[in-house]
Amino acid sequence: MLEIRSLRKTYGGQGRTVEALGDITLTVDDGQFVCVVGPSGCGKTTLLRCLGGLLEPTAGEVRVSGQVVTGPPDGLAIVFQEYGRSLFPWLRVAENIELPLKSKGLGKAERRTLVDESLGAVGLADAGKAYPWQLSGGMQQRVAIARAIAFQPKVMLMDEPFAAVDAQTRADLEDLVRTVWKRFGMTMLFVTHDIDEAVYLGERVVMLSSSPTHVLENLDIDLPSERDQLKTRSDARFVELRSHVYARIQEAKGAGVLRETAP
Amino acid sequence: MTRTLGRIGLALALPVILLVTWWFASADSTSFYQPPLETIIKVFPHTWTAATFKSDVLPSLIRLFIGYGLALLLGIGLGVLIGANRRLRALLEPILEFLRAIPPPVLVPVLILIAGLGDPTKVLVIVVGGVWPILLNTVEGVRGVDEVLADTCRSYQIRGWLRIRTFILRAASPQIVVGARQALSICIIMMVIGELLGATDGLGYTVVEFQRGFQIPEMWSGVFVLGLLGVLLSLAFTLVERRVLNWYHGARAAERSGH
Repeated sequence: MLEIRSLRKTYGGQGRTVEALGDITLTVDDGQFVCVVGPSGCGKTTLLRCLGGLLEPTAGEVRVSGQVVTGPPDGLAIVFQEYGRSLFPWLRVAENIELPLKSKGLGKAERRTLVDESLGAVGLADAGKAYPWQLSGGMQQRVAIARAIAFQPKVMLMDEPFAAVDAQTRADLEDLVRTVWKRFGMTMLFVTHDIDEAVYLGERVVMLSSSPTHVLENLDIDLPSERDQLKTRSDARFVELRSHVYARIQEAKGAGVLRETAP
Repeated sequence: MTRTLGRIGLALALPVILLVTWWFASADSTSFYQPPLETIIKVFPHTWTAATFKSDVLPSLIRLFIGYGLALLLGIGLGVLIGANRRLRALLEPILEFLRAIPPPVLVPVLILIAGLGDPTKVLVIVVGGVWPILLNTVEGVRGVDEVLADTCRSYQIRGWLRIRTFILRAASPQIVVGARQALSICIIMMVIGELLGATDGLGYTVVEFQRGFQIPEMWSGVFVLGLLGVLLSLAFTLVERRVLNWYHGARAAERSGH
């Protein structure tokens, strides 16, 4: 379980403090798939870095499986947006996936099984010997996902992982993430600025306001569990949900602009 | 295959032209100090035999390798330490810049005063000359490691020696190699300088001995041997570099082709 209680983060600098996260309270149940969506610049990445223990919050706390996060917690894996910079270019694909398992202290045989299994799960069973830079952007992000899977996390955080790939690849990767989540059953927190993506992927969509950020609304996505790029996206309920989210985000943006222009 | 041959041909063209020019320009030279190239080449085989190789070239090479190795170890070790620690860097950087600015040959007499005339001093001279470019480049390389990769390491709890070995050193390796290449040529120079003063064997010593004995063609042949040694070591370095930085060149090429 992922619990965020009154999380606040301000960045200080030269007499000016910027409040990135105002007050965020959010709970994600074990095995749930939650998408976080908000206007650009609303501190989504800041939130994710606080959850991953990479950034210390100014106030409030984050708990992963009941443990307060003070540094990168056990059993949590992050997939970063910049796939090109999160894979080690001097290691082959299989070695990239194996490295966190080495630091976990797993034996050689177990490591190899996990590497093969995770590469198979992302459809790259033959790519183990390649270097990351020999692969396309979409394939590199698959490797990053495979590395996260192999780590066997209880919680997986994804930070706009498909923002930099083309639309076609993006659709494939979205389905892949759903498949992986169903198969391995981890708690999934997926941050995105793409409303369609959030509604398509999640069991629940958390909408954030513009900064100083708080939770606008928690919306349960009551779409069938089997999602399909064509059918789901043309489903009347999908259109309804995405319109609702879209309207709320627009509202949030408007409020942000008002606050900025107000004297 | 033809392309490789073409490149080798191109690389050899200028040396060949220079040698041929030297050959003809010096052919009728009667100057004692600038003998014809023909004479220099004639003395080569009996000056540089297996015996002289063992008595003079080998000691030089051994000192060079030990000195260069120590410079690498020291430079990379301290470089990682300083590069990874912002406070330490702020504290030491001015001093490092000062020490680097001192031409290393100036330190040779000082080192001889302190450590005497033996082999350890000659190795020390090489270390003192070679360590700076390695150290400063390693600091730069370690300082510039990618933040997303650093976050990845933190997030997956990759720590300690595993982190240094598979992340820090590899990420800094393009910079470290630049420093190591500069250091190699400096170390060769320092090797010779160390042997000019109070040595009893070595390449530098031999060249000076020939000069003092007015064996001018032999002296020139020694200069040749030193030049060749430099070329061979540089070639060996390139081979090692290709292995170590294979990923780097590949990634750069992929980036350029807009992958």
